Amino acid sequence: MTRSLFSFLSRITAPFRAAYESLPPPVRRWTMPVLLIVFFIIALFAPSFVNLYWQQVLIYVGINIILTASLNLVNGYMGEFSVGHAGFMAVGAYVASILTVWVFPRWGLGEYIPYLFPLALLIGGLAAGLTGLVIAFPSFRTRGDYLAIVTLAWNMIVKSVLENIDAIGGPRGFMGMQKLTSVAWVYVWVVITIYLLRNLVYSNFGRGTLSIREDEIASSLVSVDTRKVKITVFVVAAFFAGIAGGLFAHIIQFINPRSFSILKSTDVLVMVYLGGIGSLGGSILGATVYTVLLELLRPLQVWRWVVGPLLLVLLMIFRPYGIMGMREWRFMVPREERIETIAALMERIRRKREAVAAPAPVGGSSD
Amino acid sequence: MPVLQIRGLTHYFGGLRAVYDFNLDLEPGELIGIIGPNGAGKTTVFNLITGVYRPTEGEIFFNGHNLVGKRSDQIVSLGIARTFQTIRLFKNLSVLDNVRIARFARMSYGVPAAMFRLPKYVREEAEARERALELLELMGLSEQATWVASSLPYGMQRRLEIARALATEPRLLLLDEPAAGMNPGEIAELMELIQWIRRRFDLTIILIEHQMRVVMGICERIKVLDFGETIAEGTPAEIQNNPRVIEAYLGEEAVV
Repeated sequence: MTRSLFSFLSRITAPFRAAYESLPPPVRRWTMPVLLIVFFIIALFAPSFVNLYWQQVLIYVGINIILTASLNLVNGYMGEFSVGHAGFMAVGAYVASILTVWVFPRWGLGEYIPYLFPLALLIGGLAAGLTGLVIAFPSFRTRGDYLAIVTLAWNMIVKSVLENIDAIGGPRGFMGMQKLTSVAWVYVWVVITIYLLRNLVYSNFGRGTLSIREDEIASSLVSVDTRKVKITVFVVAAFFAGIAGGLFAHIIQFINPRSFSILKSTDVLVMVYLGGIGSLGGSILGATVYTVLLELLRPLQVWRWVVGPLLLVLLMIFRPYGIMGMREWRFMVPREERIETIAALMERIRRKREAVAAPAPVGGSSD
Repeated sequence: MPVLQIRGLTHYFGGLRAVYDFNLDLEPGELIGIIGPNGAGKTTVFNLITGVYRPTEGEIFFNGHNLVGKRSDQIVSLGIARTFQTIRLFKNLSVLDNVRIARFARMSYGVPAAMFRLPKYVREEAEARERALELLELMGLSEQATWVASSLPYGMQRRLEIARALATEPRLLLLDEPAAGMNPGEIAELMELIQWIRRRFDLTIILIEHQMRVVMGICERIKVLDFGETIAEGTPAEIQNNPRVIEAYLGEEAVV
């Protein structure tokens, strides 16, 4: 089903791709940045032509993309199984909220809060990343299901700790945040997140991460510092979950520990596996499809919450790789990593080598 | 001075003695073979050298570094690379990525440099890409650089594994039964390849082989293991006529 869905998607986008390919290279070079700016302008003016409800849906889509893409790093690219992503989201949400509600006003910065919002998000992200570091150190001493158990416990601990700190509202929750998250802000953070994660994925660390999923022993035997890679990736994922948490807090303007329960983590898992492991494009797709689907299923009321876990079970059984598993949209691949660039480089190297030395005695491709 | 010095290497799996009192002095540029019947402890020796297991007893020195207690990736970045008895490529990744991953320790940029595409990242990545492609070209895998590793035919997978090992820029290469599963034609080609990379990359090589005749052709010195113990050591000619070796092999043959 998903394979045909993928080919269906490539079929409907084929004319656009053909048109794009026919453009001269300098135009192609600038297509993506220009498109991103155009979308930003549209997002900026979204409040004037999209109603509040759909603005909120769009914002949730964006937040979920950030959550999904970052979790995909751990569960998809690295092949570990982290189930407590909402815990990091909670850390980011509470820290950012405390900053904008208490800290900034107390420092007499009340009127600058909208401008300080990105800073609050960053600090929230860093706090989440730091907790990620604390979790990662003991968890990655062993392998496999262990991480799932630790992150599950982590999620529950965060929830009950928050419920028991009365200063930040305990189980009643924390409020007083301004509505700072807008479609435009979320859009910017999504673009930044995807861009940074994309760069990471196509780097030494990204390849190291993939190699851990493929064969951890072989990975360390070709010089990959697997412990360092695992911890790094986990912290990066936690950081972005924290950012998403901050954005989330400043759209619903009221957070309570229950917003970050294991159910929320499950949602993110569903989006990761629906979109496809090891694919940022898949995460964008998975988060969008799932978020919109849940909105459309509102008439089902409580039964709606059956959809997620059910979908997760079905996906794991029938389509463990998801819609875009291990594949990437062409435009997401850095120019220097695209097949034709690699082929051209190979050709150049071959010509250069032919002029100097003999290749290994491998008798062509007789096998 | 020897590249690799192993003294009294002993390893137990629970009560099972896998390797007992293994000693080795390896001079730079040597190509030695370790042979022995199944379960003789040959692969365990490689696993002990590369830090997969920590030896129960014994010392391993590589160019003056004590390897015991070091992590595998640290040992590899000191200049020891290996291949595996059963091919262990990163199957779902491209041929190029398989080789580039092995350059992990040779790259020094950090996560921020990667995320923001700082000059250091761009430079090191460009270098890694080029080095990896050069290596693939040398190993006759240039057409397949963008293929998924699992789609390569068997012989090429073996070659890719060697290319990946070479990408770590080793001084010492450990080859674990590289001829396993190959037909006589491929084996002849492989023997030629091993001698070629040894010259080209100025390597010291330890070759594990199950089949005696493979090692006889290319190794200067052979050690024979049986039940974890070194039962013979010497030139191919000496080994061929050693009664203990014949017994170990015939004994195994009789069981089979």
